[in-house]
Formats: sequence, structure tokens, C-alpha cells
Amino acid sequence: MSSTEGGAHAHHDDHHHPVDGFMRKYVFSVDHKWIGIQYGMTALIFLLFGFGLMMIMRWSMAYPGVEVPWVGQWLWPDTGGAMPSEAYNQFGAMHGTIMVFLGVVPLAVGAFGNYVVPLQVGAPDMAFPKLNMASFWCYLPGGVIMLASFFLPGGAAQSGWTSYPPLSVTIEATGQTFWLIGMVFLITSSLLGSVNTIVTIVQLRAPGLTWFRLPFFVWTQLVTAFLLLLAFPPLEAAGLMQLSDRVFDTNFFLPQGLMLNGDPLNNVGGGSALLYQHLFWFLAHPEVYVLILPAIGIVGEIIANNTRKPLYGYKTLIYASIFLGFMSFIVWAHHMFMTGMGTSISAFFQTTTMIISIPSVIILTALLLSLWGGSIRLTTPMLFALSFLPMFAIGGLTGLPLGLISSDIHLHDTYYVIGHFHYVVAPGTLMALFGGIYYWFPKMTGRKMSDVLGKLHFWGSFVTLNGVFMPMFIQGLGGVSRRLFDGGEAYAHAEPYLWLNKVMTHSAFLLGAFQVFFIINFFMSIFIGRKVDANPWKATTLEWTDAPSPPVGHGNFEHTPVVYRGPTEYSVPGHDKDFTPQSEPDPAPPEPEPEPEPAEEPAEAPAGAEASAGEEK
Amino acid sequence: MQIPYAVTERPDTGLNNAKLGIWLFLASEVMLFGALFSSYIFLRVSAPEWEMGVPEAAQNPAVWPLQFQKLKVALACLNTVFLIFSSVTMVMAWAELKRNNWAKHKLYLGLTIGLALAFMVIKAIEYGGKFSHGDFPSTSNFYAIYYTMTGLHGLHIVGGVAVLAYLFFFGKKMWNTEPERFAGRIEITGLYWHFVDLVWIFLFPVLYLL
Repeated sequence: MSSTEGGAHAHHDDHHHPVDGFMRKYVFSVDHKWIGIQYGMTALIFLLFGFGLMMIMRWSMAYPGVEVPWVGQWLWPDTGGAMPSEAYNQFGAMHGTIMVFLGVVPLAVGAFGNYVVPLQVGAPDMAFPKLNMASFWCYLPGGVIMLASFFLPGGAAQSGWTSYPPLSVTIEATGQTFWLIGMVFLITSSLLGSVNTIVTIVQLRAPGLTWFRLPFFVWTQLVTAFLLLLAFPPLEAAGLMQLSDRVFDTNFFLPQGLMLNGDPLNNVGGGSALLYQHLFWFLAHPEVYVLILPAIGIVGEIIANNTRKPLYGYKTLIYASIFLGFMSFIVWAHHMFMTGMGTSISAFFQTTTMIISIPSVIILTALLLSLWGGSIRLTTPMLFALSFLPMFAIGGLTGLPLGLISSDIHLHDTYYVIGHFHYVVAPGTLMALFGGIYYWFPKMTGRKMSDVLGKLHFWGSFVTLNGVFMPMFIQGLGGVSRRLFDGGEAYAHAEPYLWLNKVMTHSAFLLGAFQVFFIINFFMSIFIGRKVDANPWKATTLEWTDAPSPPVGHGNFEHTPVVYRGPTEYSVPGHDKDFTPQSEPDPAPPEPEPEPEPAEEPAEAPAGAEASAGEEK
Repeated sequence: MQIPYAVTERPDTGLNNAKLGIWLFLASEVMLFGALFSSYIFLRVSAPEWEMGVPEAAQNPAVWPLQFQKLKVALACLNTVFLIFSSVTMVMAWAELKRNNWAKHKLYLGLTIGLALAFMVIKAIEYGGKFSHGDFPSTSNFYAIYYTMTGLHGLHIVGGVAVLAYLFFFGKKMWNTEPERFAGRIEITGLYWHFVDLVWIFLFPVLYLL
């Protein structure tokens, strides 16, 4: 920080460790860039592992009782290599947990949030570098505890990623206890991370970077951090109570007179399983938006960059994201329409659920309209970002029947639900995150990923993802339940839809095969990818314009950047190039602004600015 | 590399990083204890009514007991006094630091730690009394939520004492080199401490009196 140095306090923290040791640099690093990469690599490994669990499960659904290829004999020699139903339950619970808590969120928030946000706001690091390190080192043990539970007596957690009592309390498996302990670690990690992100965005913005000059990605990370900060603690409380139910024999979630396998449990009782569900979904619904908002932010960045024009309705996008974040706290019980919690409560949550679809649609529409009239460059990240729009739209629109009580009664706990949320998270969020990896890879390594392999990866994944998830809607509408290890073979009404299991399974295996292109591309490009300059995408935000690729050392910027304009000033008329960096001062007397949204006005009269933007287009 | 606004205030937000951080942390703590208080309400309203003069009701562990008959209100009163005084001494410790009076600062900080430890001793006596009567978390949901909430609060006290003790024993060095930063640390520790105190102010009536 050249501007603050040179005074009497020059030597506070700066030169404690002139040469960082290996441990300091690569293991217990306090540099947000390296921590972001640590998060990203760990999360990608967890994603691959969670996907591997899924492939085995899908095999069992399509070919129940048949030996699982390659790994079956090794995993289950007793059954001749076929997947036993208990193993399916473990895999199912752990697939959900790993994908959500160890894969997507750490990648979206831990990796991109850590790496990109300080660079985009022009900060030398996160506000609390040591907390940042602690956050990663809570996440990793949490993940290791989760994985270790596979080797415990009774196996890993097996009552779903939701861990609903009474099953999760009465079940013998030690893994269920470890699941709760692992969650406490992960919640601590996300608490530290979210405090850090918010303070970084609020406090460390570069001079001139007012709230409405922040890149849209930073806004989505800010809203996400608030969701993590405020929604996770209730799950921590629920986790502690469930832990106490399991370890200290309390009865928070166990009613009186409970029967277990036909025998009375003779427990004290007085608790309520519904209480856990409320606490769980109070987290887990905002968690959906934790999954989706960073992805929306990434898509916004990529679309603005590759259409060479500003985001349509920048301020509207921000207000919609904030409203979305707020509303996500008061829709949770739409997951519980079938629990008999009462019609008036259900009606309330049905209404709020319909309301929350409005900001989602606004965001999607604004992103779609951003394409209008742009000179679109179909780069690899852009393909991923473009595919996000229809995929997220399918995921979102299929959610409406689940938010309405009368149709939810039919669809609850069927494959339709699985299809719905997977469309949001897998072809939606994950595709956007892949786009983000292709987009920011040059910043992280100084090299570009191969476009040929990238496009193969994209088209393969895009087609096969739909092959996996589209048939789920058909099965679900046909009444096939979720969590069936034989894919529904035991049910007569599932008979006409069983063939779809094979479609989905083969698509899933093909999807796995196409990820090989990504893995090869990723590791190959680190070493032999085409070298690029600091700003290969000709972008406007600070991470591209003011720091080399990769940014040098701890501190990011040689000089603190100064920001003069909004985040997406592409193709500004009268400028010599089609992008105007945020840190580029205006030439001589300021000319009248042609683009109303991102321009010079700070907080005043946002409503007016919005209305005029709406009228003009 | 130096993080901006680690000690000084950012002009447009009027905060330094640590102060904003601790407020956010406390917001998250509000949600944590909020969830437990909500659970308390949920469990209590769904428990069968206590009926005066019906001896079976006292035997059924699902029935919510008359709390003041089960818990020692006098001890909890004493603990409330301890914690409120510890909040006062915490503020005094910070104020004396701002007046550049290290000796008095140490005195008040030491008093804060002492009062917190006294709170924990009384809590231990309370717990011991309950255990000796065979009242464990598994006894009834009332005891379960009582132990969970007071236990979690006790953990917060222990964490606070650990931080206070660190500042008490190892604070001198930073105070000599970076007095502003040290005063900031005392201040945010104080904010946390007041929060822990505040939680008890809610726990006391909810668990012992209502």
C-alpha cells in the first residue's frame, strides 16, 4: 500500500517474514489468491468424488443387482459386486452433502469469492488474511471427517443430506454422528469466510469504487455472504441439538411413543421432528441462493465481457439480488407442505415462494436482454454462460409447481423434485462455475485453457446433463419416488418409466467421460497453455486492468487502483477502444453519458435512474 | 503489504475492519441463539400443560415443569449480578486504556476475568446440584434445552475468558508498540463480552423465571 506507507508507521506488519517458507506459502498461506486456489482444487476433487458416488448409484438404479463395473468387486465382494441398499443410502446422503457443502459452495464462494473479490475491489488481500486461512483449515478437516465416516462401523451418514430425525437419531451408524461434527466444522468455515467477504467488500474498496461501480459479481458475493452469515447458525443449533440427541440421549427431535422396527423405543419423548425440519430448511433454502447467486454473478461478468456492452439493468440486477437474498429467508417451509404443519402456514409460504420467483425472473430477463444487440464472441466461457440461462430457466420454472401446495402434494418426494433442483445446481450453477474457471484461469495462471478441449467439454456436458436430468421430470410426473436403490423396479406404476433409468445412467457415464477433457485441459494448460497478457478478454474490471496475470506476490497491486467509472463500460461511443477500464480517468471535460445505468450517479434517485433505463430500451 | 483500515476508520463507513467484523460475527451469534430460543418456545408450547394439583403431571417428563421449582433462582440472580458487573468492568478497562492508565486497565481487566470465573464456578455448582439429583439432559426436554442453552452460553464465556486472559497476560507488548491497535482489540473483545452478557440477560428470565 504505497499510499499509506512512508509515514511513521511504515513497519507494522510488512516485513515480518522476508522469505516465506514452504508451509507459509503453500499450506498455511494467508494470501487470498492461494487460499482461493486451495479452495478451488479441494472443491473440484470433492465434486469429482461426489460425482463418482452418483455414477455408482445410477448404475444401481438402471441395473439393480447387477455387478457394478470396475469397482463393484472391490467395494462389495459379498454381494458379487452389486450395490447393497444400505450402501445406496450412504452414497445418496453423502452425494448430497459433498456436492452442496464440500463442492459447489466452496468452489463458488471459497474459490471465486476469495480469488476474485479482493482483486475486483482493488484490495491487497481479504480484510482478515489469517481468518481466511482458518476458514480453509476448518473446511478441509470438515471434509475429511465426512469422508472418514465411510470407514466407520455402520458406515457413513445414511438418512439423506437433510438428516431428518427420527431416522437420523435412531440409526446406529457412527457416520451419522460424524456427519454432524463435520457440519459444525463446515459451518465455522463458512462463518469465518462470510465475515471476511463482507468486511472486504465494505471496507477495502479502492478509492472511487462506490457501491454502484462495484462489478455485479461482487454484489452477488456480498448478498451470498450475508445469507451464509445469517442462515447457517440455525443449522448449527439444529446440528448441536441432533448431536445431543444422538450422544446424550436427549429428545429434542423425538416424539413420545416412538416405534422402531415394530418395537417401542421407550424414550422420554416430548420433542418434535418438525422442529428440526424448520431449523434445517431455514438454512437450506437460503443455501439454494448461496448456490445460485455467485453463479449468476459469474454469468453477468462473462456476458458483459463477451457481448461487449454493459449489463442490461445493472442497478435492477443488484436490487433484485438483494431482494432475492432477503426473501430467501422467508420461504423455507415450502419444503414442508407435506408435513401437516397447517394450511395457514402453508398458504403463507406458498405466497412468499411465488413472490421470490419475481426477482429470479428479473435477473434472468436482464441477463437475457443483455445479449440484445451485442456483438457476441462465442468464447468457451461465453458458451457456458449462455447455456446457464435456459438451464437455470428450466430449473426455476419447474420449481413453480413445487411451490404451489396443490401440485406439490402430487410431486413431493418424486423424481420431479430431483430433476428440478439438479437443473438449478448442475446444468445451472455448475456450468456457470465451469465458465468462471475458463474465464479466470488466465488470471490465475497467466495461460489460457485450450478452446478446442473446452468446447468439447462444453458441448458434451451440455447434451449429457440434459440427458441425465430431463427424464427425471417424466419419471417424477409418473410418480416414481426418489431414494429408491432399484430405481423403482419394485413399483408397478413405475414400470412404464424404468427404461429412462438406462438413458439417465448412460448419460451420466458419458457426462463423466466428457469431464476427462476438462481435467486434461486444466492440468495441461497450467504448463503448456497459450501465454496471455494481463487482460486477454479485454475486460474492464480491476483484476484484469491493474494487475498482471497472475497478480504478483502478496498485495496484488503495485499501486492502489483508483476507479473512475462503472464496471461494464464496453463500446462507449467516442472512445478509441471497445472497453474502458474502470481505472481509466476520463479524458479532459466529461462528455454526456450515453449509458444511464452504470454511470456516475451514486446512491441518489436510483428509482428514477432505473425507470429511465427501462423506458429507453 | 498492509491491509487498509485495520486500525484507522474508513471515512465513508466510519468503521475499522475489526469492528465491522465483530458486529457481523455478533449478528451470526444472534441467529444461533435465536434458533435456540425459538426451539425453546417451540418445545415448550408443544409440551403438555402443567396441571396444578395433579401428581401424575409431575411424573411425566414430557410435561413442561414449573421452571422456578426446578432451578435455583437465587444462584442465577447472583450470576446475573456477576455478569452485569463484569460488563461494567470491561467498559472501565477500555476507558482506562483510552486515558492511558495501564495499571488501572489491568485492574479492571483482571476483575472482568475474575467475575467471569466466578460465574462459571456458580454455574458448575448449579450443574453439580442437578447431576447429583439425577437430572441430566436426557431426563426431560426442559433439562435438555436448559443444558444446551446454558452450556453453549458457558462455552462463550470460556472463549471470552480465553481472549481476555490472552490480552491480560500478553497485551503489554502490543500496547507499547501499537496502542491504538491494542485499544481496538480491547474494544471489540468488549463488544463480544457485552453480547455474551446480553444473552444471559435473556436466558435468566426465560429459563428461571417464566
